[in-house]
Amino acid sequence: MNYEATIGLEVHVQLKTYSKMFCGCANIYGDAPNSHACPICLGLPGALPTPNEQALRLTALTGLMLSCEIAPRCKFDRKNYFYADMPKNYQISQYDLPICLGGGLDLMMECYPKDAQKDVTTTKHIGLVRIHLEEDVGKSFHFEDSTGVDFNRAGTPLMEIVTQPEINSPEEAFAFLSTLRNTLLYGNVSDADMEKGQLRCDCNVSVRPVGQKEFGTKIEIKNMNSISGVRRALAYEIERQKQSLDHGKKLTQETRRWDDATGTTFLMRSKEMAHDYRYFPEPDLMPVETAPWLDEVRKQVPELPNARKRRFMEQFKLTEYNAGVLVADLELADFFETAASRSKNPNTTANWIVNDLLRELGATGKPLSESPIRSAELIELVDLTESGKINSKQARDVFIEMFQTGKKPGVIVEEKGLSQVSDAGAIEKFCDEIIAANTKIAADIKGGNTKAIGALVGQVMKLSKGKANPAMVNEILKKKLVS
Amino acid sequence: MSLHTWSLFQAAEAIRRKEVSSTDLVKALLARMEKVEPRVQAFLHINAENALEQARLCDAGSAKGLLHGVPVALKDILNVKGQPCTCASKILKGYIAPYDATTVVRLREAGAVLLGRTNMDEFAMGSSTENSAYQKTHNPWDLERIPGGSSGGSAAAVAADECLAALGTDTGGSIRQPAALCGCVGLKPTYGRVSRFGLVAFASSLDQIGPLTKNVRDAALLLGVLAGKDPLDSTTLPDAVPDYMNTLEQGVKGLRLGLPREYFVDGMDPEVEKLIRAAAGELQKQGAEIVKISLPHTPHAVAAYYVIATAEASANLARFDGVRYGYRANDPVDLLDMYGRTRAEGFGAEVKRRIVLGTYVLSSGYHDACYLRAQKVRTLIRHDFEQAFQKCDAILTPTSPTPAFKIGEKTEDPLQMYLADIFTIAVNLAGICGISVPCGFVKNVGKLPVGLQILGPSLGEETILRIARAYEQATPWHKEKPGLL
Repeated sequence: MNYEATIGLEVHVQLKTYSKMFCGCANIYGDAPNSHACPICLGLPGALPTPNEQALRLTALTGLMLSCEIAPRCKFDRKNYFYADMPKNYQISQYDLPICLGGGLDLMMECYPKDAQKDVTTTKHIGLVRIHLEEDVGKSFHFEDSTGVDFNRAGTPLMEIVTQPEINSPEEAFAFLSTLRNTLLYGNVSDADMEKGQLRCDCNVSVRPVGQKEFGTKIEIKNMNSISGVRRALAYEIERQKQSLDHGKKLTQETRRWDDATGTTFLMRSKEMAHDYRYFPEPDLMPVETAPWLDEVRKQVPELPNARKRRFMEQFKLTEYNAGVLVADLELADFFETAASRSKNPNTTANWIVNDLLRELGATGKPLSESPIRSAELIELVDLTESGKINSKQARDVFIEMFQTGKKPGVIVEEKGLSQVSDAGAIEKFCDEIIAANTKIAADIKGGNTKAIGALVGQVMKLSKGKANPAMVNEILKKKLVS
Repeated sequence: MSLHTWSLFQAAEAIRRKEVSSTDLVKALLARMEKVEPRVQAFLHINAENALEQARLCDAGSAKGLLHGVPVALKDILNVKGQPCTCASKILKGYIAPYDATTVVRLREAGAVLLGRTNMDEFAMGSSTENSAYQKTHNPWDLERIPGGSSGGSAAAVAADECLAALGTDTGGSIRQPAALCGCVGLKPTYGRVSRFGLVAFASSLDQIGPLTKNVRDAALLLGVLAGKDPLDSTTLPDAVPDYMNTLEQGVKGLRLGLPREYFVDGMDPEVEKLIRAAAGELQKQGAEIVKISLPHTPHAVAAYYVIATAEASANLARFDGVRYGYRANDPVDLLDMYGRTRAEGFGAEVKRRIVLGTYVLSSGYHDACYLRAQKVRTLIRHDFEQAFQKCDAILTPTSPTPAFKIGEKTEDPLQMYLADIFTIAVNLAGICGISVPCGFVKNVGKLPVGLQILGPSLGEETILRIARAYEQATPWHKEKPGLL
């Protein structure tokens, strides 16, 4: 039977605030255990929360970037369940009056997995249900015969973004998370690194026979720690559900855990074991009015990827493809814009980044931040080619050398004596030598087979050890053989 | 000099004029405790050396504030840095608080000496202080009887002259009811008037800290020190704190005082009713106008209260799990076993009863029928009072339907115990303020004090203090002492 998948995501995002959500402790990742804890975030008897306005503003900013409606008034609620790393055994969250409602985002083509981009034909919109703000829990560490808890993360602000069940494939889920992550980085609301737990995602996925109106049985998957992990987990889970249905099995609502090592999901808890969170309004906090600062936040909404893409195409005359690849990664777009603003040929600069730099980074597994080639060096390389000092073939060799050694392009050109030969007299000598050695081809060309001229150009370039200016070679050969 | 019988104001003035030293006062109170505490058992912790050291520093230093050198006792539910804070529960045995409650900071800033920690019903859940995991406190007027609760230790300590004043907390009457039953003054401020930071929460939307004192002026003095906006408690009110001492003597002439029909019901002790009507008559004599009012949703207050308070308590007390502090069951086999046994062994029966009830009313399927409906009732009760305060400036009621009952008399019947708060609970639901002042004694079962409750609108503390003061000045009740000696 043919099935279709329905996917909804719940994405948790750690906000980049100075302090925790309800106390003054620093919001810092990776310090010594329990070095950022106080009576409030430890849930000591008698301690009370006070809300962090910066976290509220960052959540509203996210909402504005994702076209949400920002509630004029929102409130906090208590979500009750017991867990050793949760100090109060309730989490302060938002239940029925979240800070952001609705909204959504368009999946950027460049944010799909590389191998799936060719199949993307239309821009798909994924709607959001809501965005709310809550506090994070601590972290348990299991030792041989005991468990320790680090409360540094306890009480740090956590934003939860809930999508509509409008995602239909693992690739779309991948694209959603990549597009979302990029947007979050544009707004500087989070570092959104999934491997560091700054971005976490639970997936709700069901399958149904094509044409069936009702959704299939919803199954939740947890514990993915990369965007590609989400794709793999969903692909596995959808296949598992399809096969179960094909074998006539009935699926039951449950929560499953993704195991990245084995590439499988396994049962965590069934519906009967699901928590009853017993939400009720948090009596320690007053409802929050957003109006006093919302206008200020509106002014902080940055240029978003799509707008930046259009601007790159207009301002720098980039191809849609290049602009798209660049803006799909904030760091890359910034890298380009820094270089392009000082470069004689922004489009060539874009080509270098999109084709060569990304290829080399990909091959060596380096992030852009560790690229041996920075924008200043790239500008220099583009200038060397634009001024005719080196030709494009030489430039490619120089680029590889730059990437491998971190040397400046000017230094490499000098060390290797790579300057392009643009002296007409010298080139003419090379041409004459090649014509003399290839009388048959030369006769052919003279006889009207002008296409064969390419073969001679190649030989001249070889003879000049690649230094001759190829355009001039072409021109001189033409002058000599085609009258 | 019998310094222990002094009032807070009297002691503060005497210290300021250097007529007595703080050390003299502390010593007198410690001596008094030695004499009566074995029979009253109002205190859970008395740190005599620490109190004397604080007094010595006060005597050596210059005056810090209104309460310079004056000893005050604290209910054992308020955090004092470096001191135990057990909430009269086994689950917090050995716990040492690492920070000061805001009210404690304010007392320290005013120069007060922190004398000791008073007994209470476990986590403030109860009306007789019998739910303490550690000891029973005895009513100084009749040692066979309960002192009221949950701030029974504070009320008994004040009544027995073991301290000059004490702080209590009031979630459904826990300051006013013990004050009435022990013959002292107890004030529950408007919700948000006094910071709750550092008060171990029972029901966060109802809890307030307030003074238990020997007279109304002391209550005004202490409230002035405690009240005000606190950045650490988002629910505190931003309104400026008036000088309560300033308006204290303005009398009741021209004030309209409401008598709510619903608070004079069948089953009320006839002697209590007689005393309340007499008190109303006294105030009328002084120029107040007595008006009849109605608070129609009063009969639903107790039910709504026990849903909302227990719901909040079920979450507030979830943190006592043996993971980070306090009691932990021995050799748990796993986390669930640790939670289960820690809480089963650490909490007393009444606390567990309320946690179970609160968990139940929030559970899916019952949430709307119980919790949501109780919230609606709460809104109606608030409206009742808002409408009533259109017709009057303050409301007069009994504080408790009966005087102090015998120890053990109601422990087997939680519902009967819950009804002890029938006249005080609605005030917490509405978030308004109330004060209990002595208004006489019943004689039919021995001499037992009775309290007059005066209720004011939100931030009406000045008005109710003024009325209470006018009544107190005209009557002898607050001058009478229990015959303990």
